Amino acid sequence: MLHTINKAPHAHDCFDACLRVCGDNATIVLIEDGVYAAITDSDTAQRLCSQAKAVYALQPDIDARGLSTRIAPQIRTIDYAGFVQLCCEHPTIQSWY
Amino acid sequence: MTSFALMVLGAPVSTQAPQTALAFARAAVQGGHRILRVFFFHDGVHCGNQMPVPPAGQQPIAEQWAAFAQQHNIDLVVCVASALKRGVLDAGEAKRYDKPAATLHPAFALSGLGQWIDACVNAERLLSFGS
Amino acid sequence: MKQKRILIVCRRPPYGESFAREALDVAMASAAFDQEIALLFLDAGVTLLAKNQQPETIGDKSLEKQFAALPLYDVNELYVDVGALQQYRLSQTDLSLPAQPLTTGEITQLLERSDIVLNF
Repeated sequence: MLHTINKAPHAHDCFDACLRVCGDNATIVLIEDGVYAAITDSDTAQRLCSQAKAVYALQPDIDARGLSTRIAPQIRTIDYAGFVQLCCEHPTIQSWY
Repeated sequence: MTSFALMVLGAPVSTQAPQTALAFARAAVQGGHRILRVFFFHDGVHCGNQMPVPPAGQQPIAEQWAAFAQQHNIDLVVCVASALKRGVLDAGEAKRYDKPAATLHPAFALSGLGQWIDACVNAERLLSFGS
Repeated sequence: MKQKRILIVCRRPPYGESFAREALDVAMASAAFDQEIALLFLDAGVTLLAKNQQPETIGDKSLEKQFAALPLYDVNELYVDVGALQQYRLSQTDLSLPAQPLTTGEITQLLERSDIVLNF
């Protein structure tokens, strides 16, 4: 299953809420303010990478927020085409906001 | 080729949701996929409001969606129940409720949740953009 | 119309925001169109089911009464987050509708066996 998170961790509870129930077979895409969870060496990036099957972050949102050089290397950055492709690959998509 | 139904719940200006949804929709079409319907619900109904005056250099979100939908023949549906209580009315509803203006951009159609259920059931993928 | 298994996830409490009311609209519309509907009350959403709501004190309409109409639409599959019940100090007898309590692992399974998941 694919999950999208669009809020920064600590500013909103949906990051924790998603990770609590998404299970270890989840693919997670961080979009909008959700990309803040991908900051390298952060506890949120570590939690994401140790729990989810795969984690992605949307490049335009990363660049908009000045985070281009600060994303954890295990988190793959994708463009909107990549985001679309991930949605095609997962029959069910849950958006956390 | 995959068909998508998109729901937009976030308001323009206050949230990024309408812009993210539009960028996603553009990428989907560019990738050869189909957008079955875009359904604007909750505060997302404000995307269909033709009245906002954005800052100089920015195009109103309703016009951005309208241009995209017209180019690719995409259904833009605004939930009538969500819209009425938020002051997004077409000419018919403005007349019915004796309101001074029709605020809905003509590229959007007011309709019920049945349109969303129809899209949910018939699209292969469903994605929400919330606030 | 084809039928899909739609899970509506209510995560927010009543009255402070309008998501719950609109989630109910989606649930009832989906049921009216013969879809297989389940509702999951997750995190603060468990408070939607608390009894004795009196929203007239803030000029609002009762969500408790609207939720009570769900069985009339044949929406009877309700689930509630056990962890959140504890957090909000609610027991099953405090709830206005019967809802099956789920652990975190059971919630994951419920999400994974749904065709469509809508968060509100």
